Amino acid sequence: MDVRHCLLSSAVLVLSVYPTAAIPGQPARVPAVETRSHRGGETPTLDGVRRKGFVQCGVTTGVAGFSAPDAQGQWHGLDVDVCRAIAAAVLGDASKVRFTPLTAAQRFTALQSGEIDVLSRITTITFQRDVQLGIEFPAINWYDGTGFIVRKARHLKSVRDLDGATICLQPGTSNELDVADYFRKNNLRFTPVVIERLEEATNAYFAGRCDAFTQDQSTLAAVRARAPNPDDHVLLPEVISKAPFGPGVMPDDLRWMEIVRWSVYAMIDAEELGLSSRTIDQALASSGDPSVQQFVGTSGSFGQMLGLDSRWAFNIVKQVGNYAESFDRNVRPLGIERGINRLWKNGGIMYVPDVR
Amino acid sequence: MSEPSQAAPRPGRPPRRPPISLRDARTRSVLWQAVAVAIACAIIVLVGIQTAANLKQRGITSGFDYLGRAAGFELPPGPVPYASRDSYARALVLGLANTLRVSLLGILIATALGVAIGVARLSTIWVFATISRLYVELVRNTPLMLQLLFWYALSQALPGPKEALNPLPGVYLCIRGLFLPGLVWHGIHPWVGGGMLGVGVLVPVALAITSDRWETAADESRARRLLAGGAVALVCVAVVLGSGFSVERPSLAVFNFRGGLSVSPEFAALLIGLSTYTAAFIAEIVRGGIVAVGRGQKEAAAALGLSRGRALRLVVLPQALRVIIPPTTSQFLNLAKNSSLAVAIGYSDVMSVTDATLNQTGQAVEAIALAICVYLGMNLIISFAMNLYNARVAAGPAWSQHA
Amino acid sequence: MTPAPARLIDALRRAPMFRGRTNVIVTAVLGAGLAWLAFRFVNWALVNAIWTLPAGAGTAVCRAARADGACWAVITERWRFILVGVYPFSDQWRPAVACGLFVSLYMVSARRAWWRPWLLGLWLVVPAAAVALLRGGFLGLSSVPSDMWGGLPVTFILATVGFAAAIPPAVALALGRRSRLPALRVLSVGYIELIRGVPLVAFLFMAAIMFPLFVPQGFTLDKLLRAQIALVMVIAAYLAEVVRGGLQAVPRGQYEAAAGMGLSYWPTTILVVLPQAFRLTIPAVVNTFIAFFKDTALVAVIGLFDLLGAAKTVIVDQKWVGFGVEVYIFAALVYFVFCYAVSRYSQRLEKDLMAQGHH
Repeated sequence: MDVRHCLLSSAVLVLSVYPTAAIPGQPARVPAVETRSHRGGETPTLDGVRRKGFVQCGVTTGVAGFSAPDAQGQWHGLDVDVCRAIAAAVLGDASKVRFTPLTAAQRFTALQSGEIDVLSRITTITFQRDVQLGIEFPAINWYDGTGFIVRKARHLKSVRDLDGATICLQPGTSNELDVADYFRKNNLRFTPVVIERLEEATNAYFAGRCDAFTQDQSTLAAVRARAPNPDDHVLLPEVISKAPFGPGVMPDDLRWMEIVRWSVYAMIDAEELGLSSRTIDQALASSGDPSVQQFVGTSGSFGQMLGLDSRWAFNIVKQVGNYAESFDRNVRPLGIERGINRLWKNGGIMYVPDVR
Repeated sequence: MSEPSQAAPRPGRPPRRPPISLRDARTRSVLWQAVAVAIACAIIVLVGIQTAANLKQRGITSGFDYLGRAAGFELPPGPVPYASRDSYARALVLGLANTLRVSLLGILIATALGVAIGVARLSTIWVFATISRLYVELVRNTPLMLQLLFWYALSQALPGPKEALNPLPGVYLCIRGLFLPGLVWHGIHPWVGGGMLGVGVLVPVALAITSDRWETAADESRARRLLAGGAVALVCVAVVLGSGFSVERPSLAVFNFRGGLSVSPEFAALLIGLSTYTAAFIAEIVRGGIVAVGRGQKEAAAALGLSRGRALRLVVLPQALRVIIPPTTSQFLNLAKNSSLAVAIGYSDVMSVTDATLNQTGQAVEAIALAICVYLGMNLIISFAMNLYNARVAAGPAWSQHA
Repeated sequence: MTPAPARLIDALRRAPMFRGRTNVIVTAVLGAGLAWLAFRFVNWALVNAIWTLPAGAGTAVCRAARADGACWAVITERWRFILVGVYPFSDQWRPAVACGLFVSLYMVSARRAWWRPWLLGLWLVVPAAAVALLRGGFLGLSSVPSDMWGGLPVTFILATVGFAAAIPPAVALALGRRSRLPALRVLSVGYIELIRGVPLVAFLFMAAIMFPLFVPQGFTLDKLLRAQIALVMVIAAYLAEVVRGGLQAVPRGQYEAAAGMGLSYWPTTILVVLPQAFRLTIPAVVNTFIAFFKDTALVAVIGLFDLLGAAKTVIVDQKWVGFGVEVYIFAALVYFVFCYAVSRYSQRLEKDLMAQGHH
């Protein structure tokens, strides 16, 4: 191949590669993180939800009390109610939600890839998830911690008795890291058995593959309820870490983030204001309390500020209920107490800003 | 291909080259190649730019710095010591060690089993031949994944540690795994002992390998004497070292068996599944290789008075090896790649550790790129080793290389 | 001896298992053991097995008979789930018809008399029709999103569409690898060796996790399609090697005769070389198809429900936990029947083609 052919092929290469390299690879929107006061950034997730006509909600594969399907395939749970609240606020109809069951290992990539609009899946908020994975957690809807379930017949009194034990855990969970840290800190040893799906992990624990199973306390209560003999199992008293749960969204849609945040806050605010799905109609009609009026939308323009209907909070409480109703419906039947998840004025730590 | 006629070159000047035109096949070939390369580059560049933009926009960090950070998750114990405060790089090394362990053991077992079954397929004993055939057909026509899950489900049907099966003294089989007596060393320094043991083992092995160089009967008897001497040396070394070893039996502690060797059910299921699956394919290859050796060879060996076993070993197998080795190489590579199915049963191989890492750090591109490099590296090494062996086999025995 | 027993002994002695002294001994010894094992297995699998549960009853009766008898009730109660996943109950005739379409496609392709160009068209039309039938949304069929498809139809789709779509790139790669042009050769070799050196699981992970990063935002494909694309890319590399073997086996005389007739590269390739290469490689191509049909089981690791994934999910259910052996035997039977039939066909085909080639 002589010089002229070389030149010819180089010319072809350059002419074809240069334009492709010059295409400014389409991120399709500019991250609107410069100032918080403007509302001119694009809202891809919100637009997508409005266009589709439903909210795509990422949930667990079946944890009673938080997100589990019943025999008819209808989903129920505390996290499910968060998604329904978002749908009620944005679309006016709490039933316009579709659910994607995800394992702990799949959940973040599903959110990052846009497969789901919001991740409401007993996800612990950690530094790593917020900063490294780039996921935003606008609000906390449940305070929990990592615990252990063991067989009662073993007569174990605390986590320290688990030295040398085999512990089942799931990859991609904060529990995995909490257990490793706790055992290292206390000079205890354990053998991990890593199983991805929650049902398989619990079956392995029931079959005796491991001596203990570690998960969040509320999930463990659901696991215990599912056991062939619930009385054979007991949760150890120690809660070895903090685990605040909250829905997760991607950071590229600030408006969507605010809607998710205020949907969660609205349910808690409603409980604080004494509004429930039964009483809110009357409150809408006849309440003179300015806080209530601002909440239900008869005064102020909070809905418009969010880009939603003025009845956004009213719809949430009417169709889904307030936080206490959601809890009583979903979590209380498992035997879990509200504990620190009570309102701040009742001794808990649920303390959220008002719609004001 | 016509070239324009040229005038006779003037003296002292180089001949005029034909102008570039699309009619010229060379020009066309250059253009084709340039276009192909351009398309490939364009695809890579476009995808790369888009990926970088997406990563930036989603706030996902990039780069390989995460390898130095503490992993934070625990993994089941393996050949490489690892704890949760060790780095992600360490975790990946543990995964690699696990993959190598199961691949090498799997290759050994699959080869032994495969050769045995392949030879049995051709046996005149009807029972052996039929059982081998059934085995091969059954194993080859079901997915490997299903077989792995089957073996794992079988292992999970075993009783708990307290009711463990105890087939032999010191051997316990339960849902937590297989526990065997292990050797614990507390004599002279391990390196010295290991060195002596290595010498005691390597010398007879080297002699055995090179024994095909002994051409005459005198040489062969000398080799036998050397082998016998080597075996005696080995026994002496073993006795000397044996005093430093003690057998440690597993014993049931509060939760698990302590001491001795433990084989986790995941490892056992993976190893058994991989070996039995690959052995079926190797059996077919071995059978094909033996059949490919002409009948004349077998008849000649019989005419020379060699028994079937000796004929097989001395005449048929060496020639069959030439046909067997290339497809067997690709079966070994398949086994190494199939070890990645460990991710389905929870054994911490390279793929599982990569999965765990990318779940905790979110850096999917870097993690999977590393995993791909690891597998490509393993691929290269196994191919290289097998190609060396193949070259040696294809060249023939030493006596045929003189000419 | 009276004639009848003598004839009987004669016949027995001629039977393959009793031919020769060693045979008789081994058969007697091992045969007794094997017969005993077979007897116990038949006892477990058929005689003591529990085939159905009384309506509304739990699995206690199955668990009680655990060691003695198989609990085939798990199959009789859950066979629909294993075969079609969570597809809406009333529409389950659609996956059944789709599977029937695929099986008929294979059977039509098996007849050598029908190896004509229109068969290629059939391979395009039938998978498309099956996918459309599953998806629905037209002619009054309800729309069923692909995350509700599961079981055998998913296995068939992944294997068939993957294979069909991989053939053109495979031919291109094989030709490229044998090309005189160094750039094309390097690109082809690089692609083929890269794909063949890495496990399929890694590519499925890439498809599930990394694919969304490669494309502009808002451009989402459902997970099944992503897995399908990954499978096509992998099958193309493996198939390219098979086609290359066929290209190499075409005698040089063919190339020379074509050149002598004045045919340039492309006409030679398309009219002379490729048809012969295909004929030579079809058994190997069929074997590759069997291998990838089994490999579709791997999509379970990224959360798709093919036949094996659905089977696995049945025994995760609290009601049926522990009955993995029965479920896996059932799934193995389905795979075995299909793969064994196809492999027998391939062996027969190879013999026929060999015989024909020697004329």
